[in-house]
Amino acid sequence: MNDSRGRNRPPLSLHIPEPPARPGEEADFSHIQVTPAGVAPRPDSFAAAHDLREMAFGLVRVLDDAGQAVGPWDPRLSPDALRTMLRDMALTRAFDDRMFRAQRQGKTSFYMKCTGEEAVAVAQTHALDREDMCFPSYRQQGILITRGHPLVGMINQIYSNKGDALKGRQLPIMYSSPEYGFFTVSGNLTTQLPQAVGWAMASASKGDSRIAAAWCGEGSTAEGDFHAAMTFATVYRAPVIINVVNNQWAISSFAGFAGGEATTFAARAIGYGIAGLRVDGNDALAVYAATAWAAERARTNNGPTLIEHFTYRAEGHSTSDDPSAYRSADEGVKWPLGDPIARLKAHLITIGEWDEDRHVAMDLELAESVKVAQKDAEKNGILGHGLHQPFETMFEDVFEKMPQHLKEQQAQMRAERMRKWPDGGQGQK
Amino acid sequence: MTDTPAPSRRMNMIEAINSAMDVAMTRDADVVVFGEDVGFFGGVFRATAGLQQKFGKTRSFDTPITECGIIGVAVGMAAYGLRPIPEIQFADYIYPALDQLVSEAARIRYRSAGQWHMPITVRSPFGGGIFGGQTHSQSPESIFTHVSGLKTVIPSTPYDAKGLLLAAIEDNDPVLFFEPKRIYNGPFDGHYDRPVQPWAKHPASEVPEGHYTIPLGKAALVREGQDLTVITYGTMVHVGLAAVEELGVDADVIDLRTLVPLDIDTIEASVKKTGRCVIIHEATRTSGFGAELAAQIQERCFYHLEAPIERVTGFDTPYPHSLEWAYFPGPIRIGMAIEKVMKD
Ligand SMILES: Cc1ncc(C[n+]2csc(CCOP(=O)(O)OP(=O)(O)O)c2C)c(N)n1
Ligand SMILES: [Mg+2]
Repeated sequence: MNDSRGRNRPPLSLHIPEPPARPGEEADFSHIQVTPAGVAPRPDSFAAAHDLREMAFGLVRVLDDAGQAVGPWDPRLSPDALRTMLRDMALTRAFDDRMFRAQRQGKTSFYMKCTGEEAVAVAQTHALDREDMCFPSYRQQGILITRGHPLVGMINQIYSNKGDALKGRQLPIMYSSPEYGFFTVSGNLTTQLPQAVGWAMASASKGDSRIAAAWCGEGSTAEGDFHAAMTFATVYRAPVIINVVNNQWAISSFAGFAGGEATTFAARAIGYGIAGLRVDGNDALAVYAATAWAAERARTNNGPTLIEHFTYRAEGHSTSDDPSAYRSADEGVKWPLGDPIARLKAHLITIGEWDEDRHVAMDLELAESVKVAQKDAEKNGILGHGLHQPFETMFEDVFEKMPQHLKEQQAQMRAERMRKWPDGGQGQK
Repeated sequence: MTDTPAPSRRMNMIEAINSAMDVAMTRDADVVVFGEDVGFFGGVFRATAGLQQKFGKTRSFDTPITECGIIGVAVGMAAYGLRPIPEIQFADYIYPALDQLVSEAARIRYRSAGQWHMPITVRSPFGGGIFGGQTHSQSPESIFTHVSGLKTVIPSTPYDAKGLLLAAIEDNDPVLFFEPKRIYNGPFDGHYDRPVQPWAKHPASEVPEGHYTIPLGKAALVREGQDLTVITYGTMVHVGLAAVEELGVDADVIDLRTLVPLDIDTIEASVKKTGRCVIIHEATRTSGFGAELAAQIQERCFYHLEAPIERVTGFDTPYPHSLEWAYFPGPIRIGMAIEKVMKD
């Protein structure tokens, strides 16, 4: 190798990021600066991006440790609105728990929870209009739940059964629903971000009033698509909210492998001239307020906002993952920003609008409603037990009209089924 | 095979791949491995487990989630003189890296008239049969075999996986090394409703601990017969073999092991002997590697053919989740093709 080692210059060394704690070590969050609730200023939603720099490094927080909502970002929601938000978050968690168990019971192949991150999708959906278009990643089931999508339909998708609106084609939780303003989830990370920007550009060019919102994880901001989205968003001042859900982990890689050691994810906005807000993602009121701010900015033609939701992935990446192999076991309990459901609940109790008994009763009722929906869905079958879409449907929707080669392949598939099961095998695996 | 390999032990395909990288990193300090979740955790399929602990964080490390970045920095490292082994977590996620692979890694030797070369081995799990849905099941090999300057290698056993991977790492040109994830833990005969078999019962799970290579561009005749030539690779080697045995056909079964460069001599000799040929791959049919094989075979063996060449492939649809086994080119589809080719 034609190198210059040994010359009279200090040797270089390669930096490899390392998280503060690994399995067997005590969790260490001392690097996280928790700004007290209420201190972050609230600039006008039409402020110039360069006047918002500090918002990318602070932390918008509304709920303080005493359960009070404080400061300029308090959205002053009615108790009814707060209770609905609490309920939507609790339902999301109850749904996740039951579906995770269903996967463990062999009823489907895969599942992903959003435990600890419920405030992000739920509070944001409360702050958006029902007509606004969402381009989610795989961890925003809270959007569908908040918009009232029937649970049975979601479970049918998870089971890939004969009631599945997506015809059993997609991996569980890769939902899609135009009626609920929820773009078809891709397995390929971050593709949805430029798509959201494109949708927003189209809405703006048509003089529409709807805006778009997109979500990706902090790890996914490394993908080129994130940067393409940011560039288009700033160039065309697209009416879009780009959400980075910083849950500290991307499977086994901590946020440092996406650049989190050097700066914040909200600060990605600065180089693009986009408004950037960094928000306590476990504070439903802060998430709501920041989203409402960004939505107002977008609706008044003041352009895009990047919101970093600072939160924690309280459980494994998916049913295929065991986080005890790569992160400290007590991170969850030591996480300094608490649990989003517990915090909103404490707030409602503090202001005298909620109590423990009502909470317990609500949790029981929600668990029961998920159970009922699951039973209904199971009438349509579970994965791998025969009650699937007709085999022929495999060839539909590749194109609008089925070309000859697919018709021939469909006939081949039928002939194979007849050979295995002379009745055509529709009830078979 | 180069030197005398001893001792050996039972390995599944993951362990064999891990052993290949271990051997390569021990022998050559310029070999580095990296990718999403590759370092501390050792990869989502555990293929790089222990390498960071053994060789240090600058030789086995996690990367940002950007496939274009992963291959781009591999090109830069290779330009410096390292021998990078980047991992793309699933072949389904290789598309963001296409520009760096197709326009850069594949052509740098050519466009610089040999000033630079790219000794990069891109490892990536591929193929279906694990209920992975359309983004954890694809077989994109023919996208790469279509590109001049890229080699494509696909092993079918632990023994081959280690020897081929070492050969790929030592090769001075870029290699796509696709690992059939369905057979990471055991061979698969295509009967999804039968119990899973571990590798331990298969003779090719006896793998030397040390260094050996299997040359790129050399196919394996894994079964010898007189009446039919079955050409395949990866998972489908096992499915094809089982189908041949079940039908009682006296067939040559050729495991290509390397798609580019292709061992056309072994194919030609077999097809000239049998006069009948079935090609099997899991990838979609149109413009799949089977089309290339059929074209080359008819160029060389047309007057020896007793029947049209048959292709058994995945259908030209995205890989469906629930109807996975109706999609998969299993024993029935293979059987129907063999019957057709053997008819007269
Ligand atoms: C293009 C692409 N590359 C890799 C993957 C595999 N993968 C799935 S999720 C994931 C981690 C994503 O982490 P993050 O963006 O932080 O989101 P989180 O899971 O934490 O919500 C990876 C690497 C993928 N799905 N798509
Ligand atoms: Mg993450």
